[in-house]
Amino acid sequence: MPPPVYASAGERVWYYGFRILCGAIFLFLIAPLLVIIPLSFNAQPYFTFTPEMLALDPGAYSGRWYRDIIENDQWLHSIRNSFIIGIAATFLATGLGTLAALGLTSPAMPYRRTIMAVLISPMIVPIIITATGMYFFYSSIGLSQTHLGIILAHTALGIPFVIITVTATLAGYDQTLTRAALSLGAPPHVAFFKVTMPIILPGVVSGGLFAFVTSFDEVVVVLFMAGFEERTIPRQMWAGIREQISPTILAVATCLVLVSIALLTAVELLRRRSERMRGLDAA
Amino acid sequence: MSAADAASPDVPPQALKRQLQRANRLARWKALGLVAPLLVFLLISFILPIFSMLTRSVYAPVFSEVLPKVSEAVQTWDGEGLPDEPVFAALAADMTAAHANRTMGRAATRMNYEIPGTRSLFMRSARRVAQLEAPFSESLPTLDARWGSRDTWAAIQRVAQPVTATFYLSAVDRTLDADGTIVLNPEDQRLYVQLFWRTLWVSALVMVLCLALGFPIAYLMAHLSPARANLLMILVLLPFWTSLLVRTTAWIALLQTQGVLNDLFVWFGLVSNDGRIQLIYNQIGTIIAMTHILLPFTVLPLYAVMRGIPPSLTRAALSLGASPAVAFLRVYLPLTAPGIGAGAVLVFILAIGYYITPALVGGRTGQLISNLIAFHMQESLNWGLAAALGALLLAGVLALYWLYDRLVGIDKMRLG
Repeated sequence: MPPPVYASAGERVWYYGFRILCGAIFLFLIAPLLVIIPLSFNAQPYFTFTPEMLALDPGAYSGRWYRDIIENDQWLHSIRNSFIIGIAATFLATGLGTLAALGLTSPAMPYRRTIMAVLISPMIVPIIITATGMYFFYSSIGLSQTHLGIILAHTALGIPFVIITVTATLAGYDQTLTRAALSLGAPPHVAFFKVTMPIILPGVVSGGLFAFVTSFDEVVVVLFMAGFEERTIPRQMWAGIREQISPTILAVATCLVLVSIALLTAVELLRRRSERMRGLDAA
Repeated sequence: MSAADAASPDVPPQALKRQLQRANRLARWKALGLVAPLLVFLLISFILPIFSMLTRSVYAPVFSEVLPKVSEAVQTWDGEGLPDEPVFAALAADMTAAHANRTMGRAATRMNYEIPGTRSLFMRSARRVAQLEAPFSESLPTLDARWGSRDTWAAIQRVAQPVTATFYLSAVDRTLDADGTIVLNPEDQRLYVQLFWRTLWVSALVMVLCLALGFPIAYLMAHLSPARANLLMILVLLPFWTSLLVRTTAWIALLQTQGVLNDLFVWFGLVSNDGRIQLIYNQIGTIIAMTHILLPFTVLPLYAVMRGIPPSLTRAALSLGASPAVAFLRVYLPLTAPGIGAGAVLVFILAIGYYITPALVGGRTGQLISNLIAFHMQESLNWGLAAALGALLLAGVLALYWLYDRLVGIDKMRLG
């Protein structure tokens, strides 16, 4: 709300000053993402706005960097890899993680805190330590430079996100609903799939989306474990940033921003649905 | 009144107690059974690999594997003067064998970690040892004077042991001398302690910046209507959901000397075209990009805590005569402490192990400890030292993780 009419001059200065400060911080958060979008349409191979672009000359803009992605086998290959690995890791992490979350939220669970700490640890342990450890281990059992090895590694990295999201959803789940189903004669698996699952599904799906993003964005494990055949999008971007920096990377980055907008929207819609189903929605 | 009174009359209380116990046990095993697959999976695919990698920091049997005879013989040496002829002879025999099956390089590399420069001594001597005559205690020192040095033999005695403290000592810029006392490396070879300090300093700075930037916007959002706050929340969550590499790329585009920000500076006349500021590929670039990437991790817990603070508390303080500043400092700020603590520790934990951003935009001065671990893993191939640095880093992170659990509780962690 704007300051009331009786506010003193100092209060007004404070009010607008604070808004401007917050605006600047939001700008800091969002500007980098916005800047790359027009830059990715640069007709010149530069990372900055040319004078022609600022003059809004249509000739200064082009889709050549996007064509670059589509025509380049390496990029297409890495896009396919990213989706294969990401989807497989998501299903593994979501399945295992949801089961574990069900156990963790059971009131009978022993050593809950310790086990929870272990399950969240892949998010906390510095990625370089995880990557080096996995590199040695998966090499020794012949799984480095294979899709399976990277899928298993990414599953481990995605699990904390599934655990956090699904346990949070289950914490708001009313256990009497399951008991009601059981008392009405439903066998446990029917009660789970017909009553529990539909209610916690939005939480499970957003946990899965988190796991997907984790795998989709992961570069360090891939850097250590993947050969040329298993290169993913982030690995390809990494090579691009380090070796031959070209606006193709900005075009890929723009596409990835669109992907994250889609995912964010999905998670937000799921969150609202979940709150409505659990009766938390005040509105 | 006991529980048995409530039970039906035909069930004796003892049996009921047993049934209850059995039901509880069953529920416990069911819960454990649900967690077990994941726990086993993580144990095998995550914890075991890290643990076995970290053992490389203390266990390095390569020298005694390649040069077994001298490794055994040298243990009888009392450390005074030089070893006897049988030890020299064992060395000569081992080196001949190692040269023949081309394993000398591995042992020589290991030796080089004890005394820099000894790799070439071993490689050259192994090539020529076949031409030497007994007694080797005289012919080896004439080949290279270092074979007549007590320091060399003391080091051989040390590396012959499969368990070693060398890598941890190197990780804190120290070595063992011939007498087995720990000494600081010469000043020009010290690197890691300074790097640990730099990592802590950068992490602390990023943490403070994240709090300083996160607090105002969390405060603003907490005092808006939920609908408008959700709208602003998108601005926080979108970067959170965007690929790290995308954000790092964006900062390169913004900050590089021919980049957008420098162009703006020149356009406004703040700097001349020749005086463009180096904002990236150094520590400044690392700090800016890391702050941007970790900022949502402070905003989210702060916002959650601030939403739960009733506005009536500040109003009560104001009505009781506190000035706005006092009401904020003495009433509001202490109530946000859980959010500040959660955000600060989480950002610090994540910053201290940061790898990607410093590697891409850090240049020389922005490298952190993780980058050195990667360097020793991939380029210098000194895996023992990489493991030792990793173990020290992991110990620090786990201590902070424990603190976070005490302070916030892991089960309170939320994502958006």
